[in-house]
Amino acid sequence: MISIRNLTFSRGDRKIFDNISLDIMPHKITAIMGPSGTGKTTLLKLIGGQLTPDSGSIVVNQQNVHQLSRSELYKLRKKMGMLFQSGALLTDMSVYDNIAFPIREHTQLTEAMIRTVVLMKLNAVGLRGARDLMPSELSGGMARRVAMARALALDPEMIMYDEPFTGQDPISLGVLVQLIKTLNHTLHLTSIVVSHDVQETASIADYIYLISAGKVIGHGTPDEIRNTESDWVQQFMQGKADGPVPFHYPANDFGHELFANDTQQ
Amino acid sequence: MQSKSIEILVGLFVSLCIAALFFLALQVSNFRDLQDNGSYTVLAHFENAGGLKSKALISMAGVPIGRVAEISFDAENYDALVKMRIDARYKNLPTDTSASILTSGLLGDKYIGLTPGGLDEYLQEGDTIELTQSALVLERLISQFLFNSADKDE
Amino acid sequence: MKFFQLIGQISIKALAKLGRAGLFFMSILSSTGYLLFRPGLLIRQIYSIGVLTFWLIAISGLFVGMVLGLQGVYTLSTFGAESSLGIMVAASLVRELGPVVSALLFAGRAGSALTAEIGLMKATEQLSGMEMMAIDPLKYIIAPRFFAGFISLPLLAALFSASGILGGHLAGVDLLHVDSGAYWSQMQTAIDFNDDIINGVIKSIIFAWLVTWIALFEGYDAIPTSAGISRATTRTVVNSSFAILLFDFLLTALMFGAP
Ligand SMILES: Nc1ncnc2c1ncn2[C@@H]1O[C@H](COP(=O)(O)OP(=O)(O)OP(=O)(O)O)[C@@H](O)[C@H]1O
Ligand SMILES: [Mg+2]
Repeated sequence: MISIRNLTFSRGDRKIFDNISLDIMPHKITAIMGPSGTGKTTLLKLIGGQLTPDSGSIVVNQQNVHQLSRSELYKLRKKMGMLFQSGALLTDMSVYDNIAFPIREHTQLTEAMIRTVVLMKLNAVGLRGARDLMPSELSGGMARRVAMARALALDPEMIMYDEPFTGQDPISLGVLVQLIKTLNHTLHLTSIVVSHDVQETASIADYIYLISAGKVIGHGTPDEIRNTESDWVQQFMQGKADGPVPFHYPANDFGHELFANDTQQ
Repeated sequence: MQSKSIEILVGLFVSLCIAALFFLALQVSNFRDLQDNGSYTVLAHFENAGGLKSKALISMAGVPIGRVAEISFDAENYDALVKMRIDARYKNLPTDTSASILTSGLLGDKYIGLTPGGLDEYLQEGDTIELTQSALVLERLISQFLFNSADKDE
Repeated sequence: MKFFQLIGQISIKALAKLGRAGLFFMSILSSTGYLLFRPGLLIRQIYSIGVLTFWLIAISGLFVGMVLGLQGVYTLSTFGAESSLGIMVAASLVRELGPVVSALLFAGRAGSALTAEIGLMKATEQLSGMEMMAIDPLKYIIAPRFFAGFISLPLLAALFSASGILGGHLAGVDLLHVDSGAYWSQMQTAIDFNDDIINGVIKSIIFAWLVTWIALFEGYDAIPTSAGISRATTRTVVNSSFAILLFDFLLTALMFGAP
């Protein structure tokens, strides 16, 4: 469904991706994991055509995303749903209108039919009762779930979830995990889940990519990942503080910087 | 807010502003003068058209009946040729009408005053008014006055 | 050397920004067709850009006119020329104050709001979100706001001039007893429809284009942080005020400069 080949992308001088290749299989749930700040969100934006790579290609449905014309790109995006990390709800519309918005824009459905669809999607994320609230009246977790309902509104073929589980209580978290799984199986969606919740993600993912420092560090089915020898993968999956994965954003030696500060003064 | 009441307010807003525009055109400017029911051009030669500007008023008996369209120098007669557009409503001006350049108030704008003659024939499109009196030039008046009083003293 | 390098840097930055702004404007224009199918979007924006600025402009116009009336009578009476009050009030409003002051007020009231709104939409990823829903924010968000501003400001400028002339009447005629007939008739003979009214409208159309363009671009180009948006909002007011005054000078020279 999606194949990424030799992708390189940098922000300023910093290389976010250094020649990585990965494949997302159709009708499966693919999880992308990695330390905070490695560029998981950036990867989703590259797939959605909002950012342009320095080199390499991203092919979705046999179409090279970055060689499409504007209108072809928009056509492709109608088949993609994306749940933004921040939710990205339109703040001047109610929850109901937010979900109805893409349907109204892209289909000729009557208001009665739109109502049915919207209520169905809201019900799936457990927020049917919150339909008249404005986005500013929602909690962070609720906003995330509304955004998820909106990403599903157009019944896309593939959907990208950027951290769907953060800020959810254990109950909603369980429901969302199940929801992603059921959607995937009943509607044959292609799903990409970016998440830090190792256990939950591993429980539903068909395939996992671990990325760090611009490279794919490990990939495989959850079982394969759990059983790899690599220290790196083991540390990440078990959440240990010590190991090869740096907790710090790249920086100079701390002692050195403290000392440098002294001499400046 | 309901989209219906927004539409009503926008409608009100636009019509009010357009009303303001009409007010500017009809009440403030000479728009109505320009919408003339046609007009005809009459020429006049002036020895001196000093201070007269195009668009200056042309009045008869104190009533505006037209405007100056163009002022140019006539190289044959060494005088000023003034084209006047007269409202078609006033088409029975006798051919011996006279034109003079006058000033409204002491420092006001120059305008052309027409005084009707007595003939039964009327001015037509392109005709020339023969009897003209030039602008009063203040400097000349003053110097005349000075010379006259100097003469008397002798 | 440092100095020239600095000048170079600044001019390159300015040119690059101008280029981006130009492209931005082109893409607004190319979205015009879409708006024809979605008049509702435009009407909503005329409401928040034009209708909500109505009272500000109407009342400011009235007061400016009243001040002109008072000052006019005061100045003209020293020449015994109070009867020309109408000319003075109307000419200054229709030619200059109407288009310029309403554009300045518009930049402060509607322009800054536009920049902040667009900038915040960018910061909260609403624009990206729309893009991913295959809805072009240039068409859906930017173009309606542009045309709403482009339509509203000339209308507001006419409103400003009209209420200013009424304000001049209020102060000069009703308060200071200048003859009402003279007020209107002198005005009508001196104010030319083509030279004054039409030129004033042309000015305000150009200001409308400038202010809305600057406001929307600054929002769209803003650094999506609170400081970035606040700076962009300031830039909108400052840059559009400069642009209005500069273009006013150029247009006045062009329109009224030659005898
Ligand atoms: N607009 C931007 N300009 C410059 N650098 C950016 C920008 N957005 C992100 N970055 C950088 O790109 C890197 C990757 O960011 P990204 O948001 O993709 O991380 P992430 O993997 O999604 O992290 P998290 O798990 O915390 O969401 C970060 O190190 C960040 O510093
Ligand atoms: Mg992220």
